Amino acid sequence: MPTPDDRRYSKEHEWLKADGDEGSIGITEYAQEQLGDIVYVDLPEAGSSVAQFEKMGEIESVKAVSELFSPAGGEVTASNAALVEKPELVNTDPYGEGWLIRIKTGDTAEADKLMSAADYDAFVQGLG
Amino acid sequence: MSEAPTTTLRRTPLADLHEQLGGRMVPFAGWSMPVQYKGIVEEHRAVRERAGVFDVSHMGRLFVVGAAAEALLRRAVTYDVATIAEGHGHYTLLCNDEGGIIDDPYVYRLDSQRFLFVGNASNGDRDAERVQSFVAPGDDVDLLDRQEQTVMLAVQGPAASGHMARIIGPEVAAIEKRACTELPYLQYKLFVSRTGYTGEDGFEIVTSVEAGRAIWRQLMAAGVEPCGLGARDTLRLEAALPLWGHDIDETTNPYEAGLGWVVSLDDGAEFAGRDALARIKANGVDRKLACIKAAGRGVIRDGFPIMHDGQQVSIVASGSHSPTLNTSIAMAYLPKALSKYGTELAIDVRGKMLPAVVGRRPFVPHAGDNVAST
Repeated sequence: MPTPDDRRYSKEHEWLKADGDEGSIGITEYAQEQLGDIVYVDLPEAGSSVAQFEKMGEIESVKAVSELFSPAGGEVTASNAALVEKPELVNTDPYGEGWLIRIKTGDTAEADKLMSAADYDAFVQGLG
Repeated sequence: MSEAPTTTLRRTPLADLHEQLGGRMVPFAGWSMPVQYKGIVEEHRAVRERAGVFDVSHMGRLFVVGAAAEALLRRAVTYDVATIAEGHGHYTLLCNDEGGIIDDPYVYRLDSQRFLFVGNASNGDRDAERVQSFVAPGDDVDLLDRQEQTVMLAVQGPAASGHMARIIGPEVAAIEKRACTELPYLQYKLFVSRTGYTGEDGFEIVTSVEAGRAIWRQLMAAGVEPCGLGARDTLRLEAALPLWGHDIDETTNPYEAGLGWVVSLDDGAEFAGRDALARIKANGVDRKLACIKAAGRGVIRDGFPIMHDGQQVSIVASGSHSPTLNTSIAMAYLPKALSKYGTELAIDVRGKMLPAVVGRRPFVPHAGDNVAST
């Protein structure tokens, strides 16, 4: 699966897709592949706030639990309700239906601290 | 995602085939083993619905051969091996003198003087040393460790019998549950038993490296799903089959683990741990290994605290996600009064309380069992 170039990426394997003053957040193909079968996602509720590179929730696969770090800060406007019944959407469509949360982005400079798709691909290559 | 250096890990004779299939190799009990190929849930479902194959060559394989083989094993294990008929096997326990569980081997009797003892990977050397320690001077018995020279495969699932019959021969399908036999395959010899640790119908094979690789390739060509340790764990947990090192170990005894049925006290044999086990049985146990089901979303994992009425009452022995039930399941030792069906508990999942309830054992009925055993 090619890494979409319409969004930016963190070293923690999360993506941020800007849409006006909002942004949606999810995990990358590499992250879902590493995690394996995802069975539960614990996400921040609408109205709460998240900070860039800080813990925003947890994602559990059959094998293990991993922390989710938000690639950007802001107020959470929605979390993906479809993941309650179908957490496997994160595996099957990490860049689309498997999105995690939407936020009202604040500091636009934060996106500069994230990688482009090409840079992220190179970063993942370097992980071996 | 750090991994221990693979250079120090042992590789099974099929390791290169696992890597070719995209198996994710992880360290396990000193071995480099595939934890998954396509994914744990897909592999798990393949075994419940069709057929899957596991490379279990990391497990201990000790042939016990000689006129004194039966007597030796009877001194070592809890189950009366004299009652195992030729061509049959039985689950047994190797206990210490206090009745704690050193391992839970499966013992097969090939004929009057030949037995196969299959133990856990993590206990291979200890098992052999323990059994050896019961050899008396002059005993006509040899312990032959064949782990290095052989491959062991577990072919499991409702379609396993059909695949095995096509690859090895129709006589495979006639092997009864828990029975074993030796069969030819090409110019090789196979040990085949109708056993496994998934709760499904299935077979285990011990054979030469060459034959093992050939059978693996034939199973792949037939569309049998290659399965890793991840699915092996979720399958055995759904079947409530204890895993040594998690649900049973030297600090647990067979009675609290629900394994009293593998302790034979009535044949008068003086086996290791017998006196302690008789005492434990007479006195009764104050805790029991219980099956626990989550009543909310989240995954119960090993070591999580178990709460009842605001008090911690135990910790989780084994916990994971059940692909069949699509909820989290676990096993843990609970005070006897709390081990009954329906007891409400809470699992401390990193500070959040996940409601849970004591369920029936096993979580998922074993194939061929009409009624869930308790």
